[in-house]
Amino acid sequence: MRKEYTFKVLRYDPARDRRPHYQSFRVPYTEAMTVLDGLFYIQYRLDGTLAFRNACRAAVCGSCAMHINGKYRLACETQVTHISRGTVCIRPMSNLPIMKDLVTDMTKFWEKYRYIEPWLIPGKPAISNAEYVQTPDQRINLDLVVDCILCGICTQSCTVTATDENYLGPAALLKADRFISDSRDSATFERLDLIDSEHGLWKCHTIYNCQLLCPKKLNPTGAIKSLQRRIVHRYLSYNEPSGRD
Amino acid sequence: MKYHQALVVGAGLAGLRSAVELNQNNINVAVISRVHPIRSHSLAAQGGINAALGNHPRGKADSTEKHAFDTIKGSDYLADQLSALKMTQEGPRRIREMENWGCPFSRTSEGLIAQRPFGGAGFPRTAYATDKTGHVLLHTLYEKAVQLEQASERQNFVFYDEYFVMDLIIDEGKCVGVVAMEMRTGKLEVFRADAVMLATGGAGRMYGNTTNALISTGLGMSLAYRQGVPLKDMEFIQFHPTTLLGSNILMTEGCRGEGGYLVNDKGERFLANYPDSAKAMEVAPRDITSRNMTREILEGRGIGGKDYLHLDLRHLGEKKITTRLPGIRDIAMNFVSVDPIKEPIPVQPGQHYTMGGISTDDSCATSIPGLYAAGECACISVHGANRLGGNSLLETIVFGAIGGEAMAKYIEGGGASKPGKVFEQALDKVEKELNELESRKKGESFAEIKETMASTMAEKVGIFRDETQLSEALKIIQNLKERFKKVFIPGPGGSRSFNFGIYNILDLGGNLDTAECVIMGALNRKESRGSHFRNDFPNRDDEKFLKHTVYSLEGEHPCIEYREVGLGLWEPKERKY
Repeated sequence: MRKEYTFKVLRYDPARDRRPHYQSFRVPYTEAMTVLDGLFYIQYRLDGTLAFRNACRAAVCGSCAMHINGKYRLACETQVTHISRGTVCIRPMSNLPIMKDLVTDMTKFWEKYRYIEPWLIPGKPAISNAEYVQTPDQRINLDLVVDCILCGICTQSCTVTATDENYLGPAALLKADRFISDSRDSATFERLDLIDSEHGLWKCHTIYNCQLLCPKKLNPTGAIKSLQRRIVHRYLSYNEPSGRD
Repeated sequence: MKYHQALVVGAGLAGLRSAVELNQNNINVAVISRVHPIRSHSLAAQGGINAALGNHPRGKADSTEKHAFDTIKGSDYLADQLSALKMTQEGPRRIREMENWGCPFSRTSEGLIAQRPFGGAGFPRTAYATDKTGHVLLHTLYEKAVQLEQASERQNFVFYDEYFVMDLIIDEGKCVGVVAMEMRTGKLEVFRADAVMLATGGAGRMYGNTTNALISTGLGMSLAYRQGVPLKDMEFIQFHPTTLLGSNILMTEGCRGEGGYLVNDKGERFLANYPDSAKAMEVAPRDITSRNMTREILEGRGIGGKDYLHLDLRHLGEKKITTRLPGIRDIAMNFVSVDPIKEPIPVQPGQHYTMGGISTDDSCATSIPGLYAAGECACISVHGANRLGGNSLLETIVFGAIGGEAMAKYIEGGGASKPGKVFEQALDKVEKELNELESRKKGESFAEIKETMASTMAEKVGIFRDETQLSEALKIIQNLKERFKKVFIPGPGGSRSFNFGIYNILDLGGNLDTAECVIMGALNRKESRGSHFRNDFPNRDDEKFLKHTVYSLEGEHPCIEYREVGLGLWEPKERKY
């Protein structure tokens, strides 16, 4: 076990710097230290202005997605010893403007989220003070899709996003699939119309970055393919396909 | 200067629910949050949300009254009984409303919202979505809020994401807005409003061993307290029995609700050896379980003689673990490299919840007209001396709605604010304080103050307390408060854009205020009740202390008074399980 790690962190303050640059910090190792712990060591003791988003430190809030030693990861659940022999190199997520250091401007990401109308559109109003009935088998369809923490790793690591910043991307499309897969939702066709568009789901090149990198082990590629099949089947006037692979 | 009729500070469940309610009452509302709403700490709740839905086969005889009784008994009779009843009566409708808005609860075989047993509850009444109930509730409520925001043609529902509230503005005794910093630009802005809701969460970060998010620093409580709003019952700190060794990440009570065992170094289910947990075993209430775990550890029966025990889920089998507790398995595998299907999880009790908070009535109103509080930052009080698992999520959506409605009534009843000098003055005050902080290039170390506070609270103001330890802790914290006046932002300095050095120091100031209240309350309360256990006063003393502790800021320190508890439904009895 090393006694010390070098954290090479991308720094950029648009108000002061002409361009981003890396700054190195020496961080003493403590037991089970995560990348987030290391960043806090710097912020608490060496440079209070170092900017990175954080909240839960338990891999559920999605704040701390960043590019760490060659891969997109959540800083809070990444143990330094698992990924590094001495240097931890950190930069913000790609394909988004940097607002400060590791903090990106996620406006575009949230615009895509809003675009797909991310709320339940039930067919009929619920009976007063009663839940909609949904069987455990119907609920299973949601098991994976509702786990998304909207960290942004899938969309920002997608090479299509790199060439088309307006591409809806895996996170928003997975969210669309979350509602289409919900037995209580009745707006499937409207939802498909929204994503069957110029910057919509046909832009997916099946590169699998999203699936490989998702910290929650979700399958946005599969969701996108399933949505594509739904649209094809609809054009061909087939019945709605059931299930997904 | 921006103006909205209502401002909601904090975008967790309580904040979002109150904003939705205000919007539905045709009030122009803005939600201000230091993090994007979807990052709020409500989402870390795992196990579930309580209500007498009667969906479980063994829950048919459950009722809202029984839920209220369990809550009050769980609170060691310190909850205000009518407030607790109000919460449990509103519960079923609010939970079903969340379902109607899309919340993907787990389901019974009949297709209804599934419920599981939880500590201190007479029936299985904790509605859940696997072990991610807070996550799905927060996402659903944000989705609902976004829907209303999009539908609002005249921008009557606005989000200010990543704005850091730095002060409340009080004019002629009424709350009329806040001063906030736009984190991106570092620009200070005044938000004028007719009413303000604080929904800023708990204060767990004053403890080193906490399950809470890094943003749960009690700053919201402190902002109100510094304006003269009393805090209440701060000495009651919940220690969750099962937090992950080292990082203290929450391991839901659902683990035990689903049948998990707590075992010591000898492999014994030691809870059987203590009279107060022998019957309920792993689903005894949290205060009792945490105490008995700590006793095991102190008596050397921790694993390998160390400061942790085992949470054993192996007998539940792979299927139950992967379907009911998938998030727990992920956390255990990622953070301590333990697969609960094959090995027991190392756990220890850790700070989890602040039962106390900003003193409010049962409509969430504080002592300042126009200022409201809901959720963990508030003390209504429905949790008294010990909160039951699954009641905190319930409190957020029930009292978020009640508080929102009360604010709407207040605003419509002519609570309007007027533009005036007070806003400029408030802005100048914050600007001056900030300048002072930024100009300090040396002085007291932020990290040292923060770490001393966190270790002092964990070691001396923990599960077992006594006069000596508490007096020492008080001295240390008051000394830290002095040193804090000279704290500086480490490093070469920089612009105000996303300057976390500033937020860290403001947070620390909030946490020092709450820590001082916790200790003073604990020192003065010479009895043991709920989560507050005094080795030197091990019994409950209803004659002297069946009372709420109320803290008001006098000069620089809290002044303590006591207030009657709202009884009337059930006579206080000895608490047995």
